[in-house]
Amino acid sequence: MASATVANHDTTAHDHHDHEHHDNFVTKYIFTQDHKMIGKQFLVTGIFWAVIGGFLSVLFRLQLGFPDMSLEFLRPLLGGWIDETGKLDPTFYLALVTMHGTIMVFFVLTAGLSGTFSNFLIPLQIGARDMASGFMNMLSYWFFFLSGVIMFISLFIKTGPAGGGWVVYPPLSALEQAIPGSGLGMTLWLVAMTFFIVSSLLGGINYITTIINLRTKGMSFSRLPLTIWAFFLTAVIGLLSFPVLFAAALLLVFDRSFGTSFYLADIYIGGEALPNTGGSPVLFQHLFWFLGHPEVYIVLLPALGITSEIIATNSRKPIFGYKAMIVSMLGITILSFIVWAHHMFVSGMNPFLGSIFMFLTLIIAVPSAVKVFNYLTTLWRGNLIFTPGMLFSIGLVSFFISGGLTGIFLGNSAIDIQLHDTYFVVAHFHLVMGSASFFGMVAGIYHWFPKMFGRMMDVRLGYIHFWLTFTGVYLVFFPMHYIGIAGFPRRYYSWTNFEFANMYTDLNMFVSVAAIITFAAQFIFMFNFFYSMFRGRKATLNPWRSNTLEWTTPLHPGHGNWPGEIPAVYRWPYDYSKPGAAEDFIPQTVPLSATPESNLPHEQELVKLEMEIMKDESEVLVANESKH
Amino acid sequence: MEKELNYIDLVEQPISMHPKKFALWLFMVTVVMVFAGLTSAYIVRQAEGNWLEYDLPTIFYITSGIVVLSSVFLHYAYYSAQKDNIAGVRIGMSLAVLLGIAFLVGQWYSWVAMVDREVFFVGNPSGSFLYVFTGLHAVHLISGVIFLIIVLISSFRYEVHSKSMIAMEMATTYWHFLAGLWLYLFMFLLLNH
Repeated sequence: MASATVANHDTTAHDHHDHEHHDNFVTKYIFTQDHKMIGKQFLVTGIFWAVIGGFLSVLFRLQLGFPDMSLEFLRPLLGGWIDETGKLDPTFYLALVTMHGTIMVFFVLTAGLSGTFSNFLIPLQIGARDMASGFMNMLSYWFFFLSGVIMFISLFIKTGPAGGGWVVYPPLSALEQAIPGSGLGMTLWLVAMTFFIVSSLLGGINYITTIINLRTKGMSFSRLPLTIWAFFLTAVIGLLSFPVLFAAALLLVFDRSFGTSFYLADIYIGGEALPNTGGSPVLFQHLFWFLGHPEVYIVLLPALGITSEIIATNSRKPIFGYKAMIVSMLGITILSFIVWAHHMFVSGMNPFLGSIFMFLTLIIAVPSAVKVFNYLTTLWRGNLIFTPGMLFSIGLVSFFISGGLTGIFLGNSAIDIQLHDTYFVVAHFHLVMGSASFFGMVAGIYHWFPKMFGRMMDVRLGYIHFWLTFTGVYLVFFPMHYIGIAGFPRRYYSWTNFEFANMYTDLNMFVSVAAIITFAAQFIFMFNFFYSMFRGRKATLNPWRSNTLEWTTPLHPGHGNWPGEIPAVYRWPYDYSKPGAAEDFIPQTVPLSATPESNLPHEQELVKLEMEIMKDESEVLVANESKH
Repeated sequence: MEKELNYIDLVEQPISMHPKKFALWLFMVTVVMVFAGLTSAYIVRQAEGNWLEYDLPTIFYITSGIVVLSSVFLHYAYYSAQKDNIAGVRIGMSLAVLLGIAFLVGQWYSWVAMVDREVFFVGNPSGSFLYVFTGLHAVHLISGVIFLIIVLISSFRYEVHSKSMIAMEMATTYWHFLAGLWLYLFMFLLLNH
């Protein structure tokens, strides 16, 4: 106990000392150990990757929607990947799909979302000076950065980036001679992902340690904002699942570079048998999806947490079912680890095992439905304030419902035989995971922008951005359900080779146009983001009239977040529109004893206890001040 | 503004454990998950048949003994540090480090024994798995040895004593964990062979 306090004291004291005297450009903006700046670094890097990932999707949507179009105008950028007839190279198409998936899942929605908001919000909302280890936090960002650099380089090498799909199934990913992307591109993919795993683990360890050990006084687990609960459980999932991906990747590296046969058996290339014997490609799928499925929730849970906070604040109502929200997130966390094989129903797995995984998968519908119900009941008859953040949060709820429903179909092992690896799956996960998480992230940016940069983003541009994106997402992904039910497989270069797919040519054209418009709409957001950073309206201290601790900091909090004492917490974060209260919100820092008019009977009883604690505290404070 | 930050708030915080120690435990969780993944992969792969049978190197019994003994000496050093017996710390830790290195050498000879049996890293996965288990464990053990050496050096600077136990506690925890991890792997190989 004593040692812990001392150590904490040391680090914070040291940091302040440091930053006051020699705070230069490098220590402030680059090798910073301030969680807020690291969060912003993750955010800007995430936006960079989102643009690249989105642009890649536009490229392959051009091929899918307009297969006869000449892409000659892209030659300055893509060079040899456009062939003499002006068409996209088929192997590069595969690489585009692969890199789009990898970038979006890992770099944008894991690092860009979790990295940004866990770093930025955890210390601010629990009342801590910084993360448990600022140095590890800095390392986490720079490992992510390094990983990004390597992945970026792989986009430009001669044989192209990895092309075996973001799931990198062997033997495609294990044999260099399989496709061009399985050569150097795949090697760079594996190296980049290794650094990414290191970065995620460093971050995750820090998040969990901080939340458990560095909460301010009074911030019990039952008073944590749901954002923090979500970040906490996300970090737990990451901590348990990323090491398994590491194990899978390690064995894949041995297969690729050392000639072992963990995943390879009896393969003939050009009529000649390879020496590998005794491996099992399904083994890789098991290991991969043991990460891969929890990864879905690593991506989604932070977005759900952010949404809970924004919806409660902008409905001016307490979140409906606070404990139910926590329990359902816990349920999702646990279930996420025992459903991985629903990605493998058609991999030759034992059908009985398939039934078990089907059963477990369908149970996830229960906590998900509880969450949806709670969002809707929080909105119900609230004094809704439609800020852009609120709109994007409601958009998330919409995608979570429409995309979640198709999950019930896909979770059935029998229906999955028809739907597996078709555009139905693509539509499903782009709605429920991709778009929902993306909307959570954007909602978070609109909501916490004033805290990040001390300025407001433009609301009207926000509305335009929302409506274009929201309708755009549905226009892109809804038609894909039809194409998928018709049985068209994902990742195919061309639609025109099969008679049955011809009738969907115009639908695909429609999807592609919608995708391009949606992508273009994101530049409105980017303009708004970067313009408002420097020229936006100055924010007030608590622009959304919110309860959580981050709004009690100064407009531009220094390293250490609060000048003077860290505020103590006396109530949960959702006291909105409490009957009897003067304002429609009561921040967490307001003691119960200060609000006798709005206290509930059981809270009135707590007041006495609170008074005693506060008395003790003031004695300690006086003692401390005399010491310094 | 910043000047007033005199940390009056740092008296009492709801801390149950030193953050760094806690982070170490979380790191050990990730290591557990890596090996849980690998050993599960072993079981899944074994169930599919086409599995090469071979005898485990007998040197594993010796290296297991060494690693346990090393843990015992380290614990002696830990107790000595609590009682401010600096000489005990140095002797216990030095022996633990030496035995740790002896363990690594022993693990190397297990690979030699495997090669003598003509079970190579490249070949049937049943043999490859053994190399991966021992190799990856050895990598972690090397990190443990480095950690021990760092604490040993600080003990020569009189920085390890009953009032400054954090590094010592962390090193001890990690080292016991690595010993336990090896015993688990060995048991696992004995039982699933």
